[in-house]
Amino acid sequence: MATLDLKSVTKSFGTAKVIHGIDLSIAHGEFIVFVGPSGCGKSTLLRMIAGLEDVSGGEIAIDGVSVNGVPAAERGLAMVFQSYALYPHMSVRQNLSFGLENMKMPKADIARRVDDAARMLRIEPLMERRPGQLSGGQRQRVAIGRAVVREPKIFLFDEPLSNLDAELRVQMRVEIGNLHQRLGNTMIYVTHDQVEAMTMADRIAVLKDGRLEQFGKPLDLYNRPASLFVAGFIGSPRMNFLDGTVAEAAAGTVSVALKAGGTVGVDCTPDAGQGDVGAAVKLGIRPEHISVAGASDGDVTMTVSLTEQLGGESYLHGLVPSGEALSVRLAGQTAVARGDVIGLRLGAPDLRHVFDAASGAVYPHLA
Amino acid sequence: MAASSLNSWVAGAWKALGDLLDGPFAAVQRHIGAHRMAYVFLLPNLLVFGLFSFWPMILNFYIAFTGGQSVILGERPLVGFENFRELLDCPSYLDPKTCPVAGYSFWTGLWNTLFFAAVQVPIMIVVALVTALILNRNIRGRGLWRAVYFYPVMLSPVVVAVIWDWILKRRGILNAVLDDAVTGWNGFVASGWFAPVAGAVLALVLYAGLSRLFCRLNAICRLKWAGVLAIGLAALAVLSPGTPALLTLAEYRPVNWLIDQRAGWPMFWVIFVYTWGHLGFYMLILLAGLQAIPRDLYEAAEMDGTSKSRAFWRITLPLLMPTMIVVLVLSLIRAFQVFDEIYVLTGGGPGQATKMIIQHIYESAFIGDAKRYGIAAASSVLVAALLMVLTLMQLAITRKRAGG
Amino acid sequence: MIGAGDVVTFLTRTRGRGRLHWSDWLAYGYLVAGLLIVVLPIVWMFLSSLKSPGALVENDPRILPYEQITVPAPDGSRTFGVQVWTRPDGTRLDVAVVGPRGLNARVFEVGKPEPVFEVPRSQLARKEIVSPRWENYTEPTIGATQSRTFNFLRYFWNSTFVTVVATLLTLVVNAMAAFALSKYRFRGRDAMALVIVATLLIPPTVILVPLFMTVSKLGMLNSLWGVIIPAIATPTGVFLLRQYMLTIPDELLEAARMDAASEWKIFWRIMLPLSLPALSVLAILSVMWRWNDFMWPLIVLTQSEVFTLQLGLSTFKGELNDNMHYLLAMTVLTLLPVTLVFVVLQKHITTGIANTGLK
Repeated sequence: MATLDLKSVTKSFGTAKVIHGIDLSIAHGEFIVFVGPSGCGKSTLLRMIAGLEDVSGGEIAIDGVSVNGVPAAERGLAMVFQSYALYPHMSVRQNLSFGLENMKMPKADIARRVDDAARMLRIEPLMERRPGQLSGGQRQRVAIGRAVVREPKIFLFDEPLSNLDAELRVQMRVEIGNLHQRLGNTMIYVTHDQVEAMTMADRIAVLKDGRLEQFGKPLDLYNRPASLFVAGFIGSPRMNFLDGTVAEAAAGTVSVALKAGGTVGVDCTPDAGQGDVGAAVKLGIRPEHISVAGASDGDVTMTVSLTEQLGGESYLHGLVPSGEALSVRLAGQTAVARGDVIGLRLGAPDLRHVFDAASGAVYPHLA
Repeated sequence: MAASSLNSWVAGAWKALGDLLDGPFAAVQRHIGAHRMAYVFLLPNLLVFGLFSFWPMILNFYIAFTGGQSVILGERPLVGFENFRELLDCPSYLDPKTCPVAGYSFWTGLWNTLFFAAVQVPIMIVVALVTALILNRNIRGRGLWRAVYFYPVMLSPVVVAVIWDWILKRRGILNAVLDDAVTGWNGFVASGWFAPVAGAVLALVLYAGLSRLFCRLNAICRLKWAGVLAIGLAALAVLSPGTPALLTLAEYRPVNWLIDQRAGWPMFWVIFVYTWGHLGFYMLILLAGLQAIPRDLYEAAEMDGTSKSRAFWRITLPLLMPTMIVVLVLSLIRAFQVFDEIYVLTGGGPGQATKMIIQHIYESAFIGDAKRYGIAAASSVLVAALLMVLTLMQLAITRKRAGG
Repeated sequence: MIGAGDVVTFLTRTRGRGRLHWSDWLAYGYLVAGLLIVVLPIVWMFLSSLKSPGALVENDPRILPYEQITVPAPDGSRTFGVQVWTRPDGTRLDVAVVGPRGLNARVFEVGKPEPVFEVPRSQLARKEIVSPRWENYTEPTIGATQSRTFNFLRYFWNSTFVTVVATLLTLVVNAMAAFALSKYRFRGRDAMALVIVATLLIPPTVILVPLFMTVSKLGMLNSLWGVIIPAIATPTGVFLLRQYMLTIPDELLEAARMDAASEWKIFWRIMLPLSLPALSVLAILSVMWRWNDFMWPLIVLTQSEVFTLQLGLSTFKGELNDNMHYLLAMTVLTLLPVTLVFVVLQKHITTGIANTGLK
């Protein structure tokens, strides 16, 4: 069993505060992904958990025990680094056994663990090579192997796939997923790639500027983003945002008058938006939820400036009357061409999102 | 197989030694934490540094104001500026003879050092630059040439001095070779071979010069005329009766290169030998600087139709300037501290002709019955001030360049 | 008729496409001339170190060590030099010269002691063979004259001890400091790095007196440790190693920390092996410095039992001018280790020094 709890964890470098109090509770066996743009503090947070950075405030607890002052080596964690950080002057076997030797483990046990890990990761033929003689994917496997042999309570991954090409990345994603299935350990994985986050995570923590924006299951983040930032960050292609004002806030429905013309209703909790009439908001709608209608009977009209035909799906990009850009994803192929003016239906009311323009907070949906 | 088993043995021994030493270090780390281990790693260095660099630096100022002959600090009486007075209280610095004893030695050494540096440094830099430029050409076996020219740098100053002493003694190899050369030349001039050989060589040289001259003067090159004229002049010169007598050298009299002060030979050879021993280092640095200039700059210049000489003045020299400044300052600082070679080669002689400032410091403190540590320390302070000025000049120049 | 343009051509022409240009010839000529000035004295000295004392006293400028052939007298009491007698008719005969008489010499035919006859000395020429005299090397080292003239083995041992111990200590002590200064964040780190670099500017020659007093106070005069210890904390070394260690990624150290390695183990097992290129440059420099060191040993070591080779050699040069044959041989032995190191590691040394700009 290994649980991890962060309680109002903060981090400052000198006067610059980079982590502003983060609370997280991670259960045993979960695969957690920290995601966010570069500079959001996700790597720093991971390194604080690892024990490579001091905690400026708050508490980190593993299995309920605070590890704030405990050196990295004694936390029982293992980490896979972005650059892999394989010892270039040691063979693969030495790389795997170095940590175990430092823990004064008997030689036979070391050999058994190293061989098991090698078999599991299919790096047995590489054991006597140096890291310099390995390909990127092989190095990645060795780096994971070095973590595996430690049999850690928690695995930490710091953007481990960012140095691989696209094809390998997909393959390694599957392998890491399989590894998690097999070992059942708690794993914490840092990435800036939301696709990795969506595909791999049990739960995702979205970070921005050292603050936790939202923590939840991938589809919850997709369906019910808690903020403008999360809405824009999760999902590809990106969610469309259209400026507007609250026209009316009836029980369960908020009507938004779009700058682009027209008014659309959004399903919300009964008390959402009460008293906000006239407030500036942003309407969010995902490209895949928009459909094409006749030029006159849509919610808005769009002048198409670019169509991308991928065969199985099509993308339309264009401008609405207010000059805002909008993207649409259509299944299959389309006859719409550049220069056409088309009407668009902006999805069903429960697929639309309203965000406060100033704070970015969402008008909560019904559960 | 043998190599790999040796390798693994070394690796094993390395690991074992590391584990052995890890015991105490790990214990300390448990006590003070990983972060503070930095101080532990710094400690040995700081200890040696402090004891043998910083402390002496401070001590030097104190000693400069003390007198007596004791090595023990407590037994050295404070004398104020007495030592400096003795060094600086001269009617004329240009004529050290007017100074007190210590001042005489100091100013002689200082003027000799200044002269040495002023002559040696420019000569060495020019020769090193020329050599580096030539090696930077498309020369076959560049690495080998570079190694050969660098080799004397590896030799100890004592060895260098012994070798050149053996060459330059009165009954040394240079005198013997020159003697043989003079005798051989005179024999050649007197022999029947002289006229044809010297005539042919002279004719060739004259032809080369005259043909170019003709081509420049006339639009049409009259090569035949040049040939006839060259052969005629050469024959005239070689066959004229006065020529052999004119070319016969006087019998060679061995020169005592390191002692004969009249022609300034000792200083010449001191400069020569020091340059011989150090040239390769500066050549190496300059060559590295030259090779760091990107090739495509020259190729771009060639495409632009830039002439070779323009490319040299406008590309090579400006880009080499930072290296040149490093070389200049480094060689100046070294030249000011010259001691080993000269001390072994001439001992500062004849008289005081090649005595340098560091030798003055050394001899004041460690040679003779009167160990004048105070004088030596005071001299050191003055020399250090001089070197500091040089270094600050370097900093100022590099700062200015970096800023501009 | 040579213009400035020609000089520039000579110095800068970098392409020798096809035929050699005149400036190529000149360049090679310059290089060969330089080669002779650099190499000839050393080669000459090496070959002369194999000459007999007699040949050295005569100041024979020939490069090879010639030796006159001698034969024993019939009674074995002495030896006679052999000369070649060229008769007026051009025939030659090897004769042993017994002694001079006026313009003639009294000789007998080699192998035939009788009769002794006279020949004009102008018709005689010395009969010589090339014969290296290895005794110049063996006598002062392992031979009879060992301790009397020049205690080579003792000096050699002292020099080796100083060089090896000082180099090992230099490497370890400086690498430790460089590690601390490059891989830890701690109060006063930058100030400390600055101070160490600043001492690069303080020439050791200007602190001779206080250094001498410190060393004497610590009781290290006339001890090899007095030469070794003050030399091991070189700012050059710290600077060189620190610059190199800064290029080693921090993630490696963090990986090792996650791997439960102590700080010392990180230093010993990760940092040192990875700094090998910089360490070897410093090792070569240190060997060169310590082996060739003269001034500081001259001050600290005054008794001949603790002399290094350089001290022994310089003393020997001052004292024994009639033992030139030994002096040259010992000079060769002194420069031999450095030369061997240079021949083996030539490429490494020149590139290392060119890259660091240090000597």
